Amino acid sequence: MYVAVKGGERAIDNAHAWLAEDRRGDLGVAELSIAQIREQLALAVGRVMAEGSLYDPDLAALAIKQARGDLIEAVFLIRAYRTTLPRFGASHPVDTAAMACDRRISATFKDLPGGQILGPTFDYTHRLLDFTLAAEGLAPPAPPMAPPAEGDLPHVTGFLAREDLIQSNPDGPDTPRDLTREPLDFPADRPLRLQALARGDEGFVLSMAYSTQRGYGKNHPFVGELRIGSVPVEMDIPELGFAIELGEMVLTECETVNQFTGSKTEPPQFTRGYGLVFGQSERKAISMALVDRALRWEELGEDNEGAPAQDVEFVLYHADNVQATGFLEHIKLPHYVDFQSELELIRRLRAEAMQATRQEAAE
Amino acid sequence: MTEYNFAYLDEQTKRMIRRAILKGVAVPGYQVPFASREMPMPYGWGTGGVQVSAACLTPEDTLKVIDQGADDTTNAVSIRKFFEKTAQIAVTEKTAEATIIQTRHRIPETLLTEDQILVYQVPMPEPLRFLEPSEVETRKMHALQDYGLMHVKLYEDIARHGEIATAYSYPVMVEDRYVMSPSPIPKFDNPKLESAALQLFGAGREQRIYAVPPHTRVVSLDFEDHPFDPSKAPHPCALCGAEDTYLDEVITDDAGTRMFVCSDTDYCGARCEAAA
Repeated sequence: MYVAVKGGERAIDNAHAWLAEDRRGDLGVAELSIAQIREQLALAVGRVMAEGSLYDPDLAALAIKQARGDLIEAVFLIRAYRTTLPRFGASHPVDTAAMACDRRISATFKDLPGGQILGPTFDYTHRLLDFTLAAEGLAPPAPPMAPPAEGDLPHVTGFLAREDLIQSNPDGPDTPRDLTREPLDFPADRPLRLQALARGDEGFVLSMAYSTQRGYGKNHPFVGELRIGSVPVEMDIPELGFAIELGEMVLTECETVNQFTGSKTEPPQFTRGYGLVFGQSERKAISMALVDRALRWEELGEDNEGAPAQDVEFVLYHADNVQATGFLEHIKLPHYVDFQSELELIRRLRAEAMQATRQEAAE
Repeated sequence: MTEYNFAYLDEQTKRMIRRAILKGVAVPGYQVPFASREMPMPYGWGTGGVQVSAACLTPEDTLKVIDQGADDTTNAVSIRKFFEKTAQIAVTEKTAEATIIQTRHRIPETLLTEDQILVYQVPMPEPLRFLEPSEVETRKMHALQDYGLMHVKLYEDIARHGEIATAYSYPVMVEDRYVMSPSPIPKFDNPKLESAALQLFGAGREQRIYAVPPHTRVVSLDFEDHPFDPSKAPHPCALCGAEDTYLDEVITDDAGTRMFVCSDTDYCGARCEAAA
């Protein structure tokens, strides 16, 4: 006799045990340490912090280890941890002009105050597998270090703004809305859009940005400036009555200079796109700036071409990889009740259709 | 587990969710936006339902969790364990003993009472979504009670198939005001939406909560000449013999032999026990 399937609980426990064993892999191979991941997979750590919306390299490294290197799963672990953390205040806005830059380049000026700083980039490497890395234990030769730049590095867009050649950034609300504490709501203002893009999936934001370059919502971007480095984070402590430095964080910032618009009342001016992400991720920062600029079509009086990157609902509702992964993968959960109702419906419809055909043939 | 608050969420978050629930109860069928939190299970696995349950649970509650009508499906087990761990509440598989029932895709066969809350996991709260992809537009349509598009869709179904070709997530009208998605329950369950129990719907990823308060009028959309028909497989249950329950079709051998058994395992089990 048939007995309904049982054993879900035992199956889950066994699956978890197997997962833990697979995560560790061959016991004959040394286990990865959190510090190794943090130091040697720093770009993965940066991505997990950025999309997890939590700046903590050690936790991100732990999440990567626990997720077996699945970065979206690691982002999910960080998000689920972050949501339980109490809020005890907000920092001052970070001042990226005061960034201690490891890298700072402009594609719009050959040279500029503070200079072009190439920094640790893959840009001009030849993508040849380096088999010497397979031999472990060799320390790379130390690069010659230039003395760090004195004082603040001015933003390139500042030079354009001095001549009024680029639109100023309109003032936003003093306290931007917080996507993680309020439901997403439209119309979504620019701070909210930037927030969603900053934690959006790198691949999704990249593809959206790429689509604008290929003609779907074209906005002719130049990388006015791209900078990577660490900035201090300060916060007012009410009990003290002044701000103290909480620590430093590494950020990547991209400002694009885009096609100008002009109208009867305003002379032509360049416009801006902006990207800012945790860690070192130029791909994400540049992509974010392009998508930001595409989403500004309405305030800049441009045409809506119906391009995906111009559709704020499309971009904001689909940028989050934790939401997307969850919903996509949930279709592997049992759906047999719904499927059963569809089965019965299709059998009934087929029976009716076949009967109608038979009747026609008989007539 | 002392690292987390009772039922995982912090009290502030629970208050925020309860405010959304109260608004939903005050405006039956209206989708209330709420600041859905990331939960330690993926979106699509019932994060909306879990948040609603967490906000409703008290230490005295007894929780039942079902998926596809069964208590023993893996995701139901996982959610039940989550609350056992984070809230140390009593759990049960018996519908009548539960004060809160979290469900995915079914309404229990046993009639619910005023002392019970049924919490639905909702993947897509917007019944108009497949007709209009923009949230801004669908909210406007609800505000204006502009449901023409939905009626046209149902009419086109009839023109093409001779009947409304929606077998689950069959849309309903709540108190003559809001068209509402009952979540992906089979339309067989739709008549049970008029219930003595409070029914709460949580959509985590889409950040919406809505409610059907006890004894609210819930009407499945239809036409006078094509009345709503809560169909089911034309068989009795092979285990308990019930003729009025929703049945799962089970393939029992390589030759494709089929049998039909109650999807509600508690209901079926109790009937089999009583007969034995």
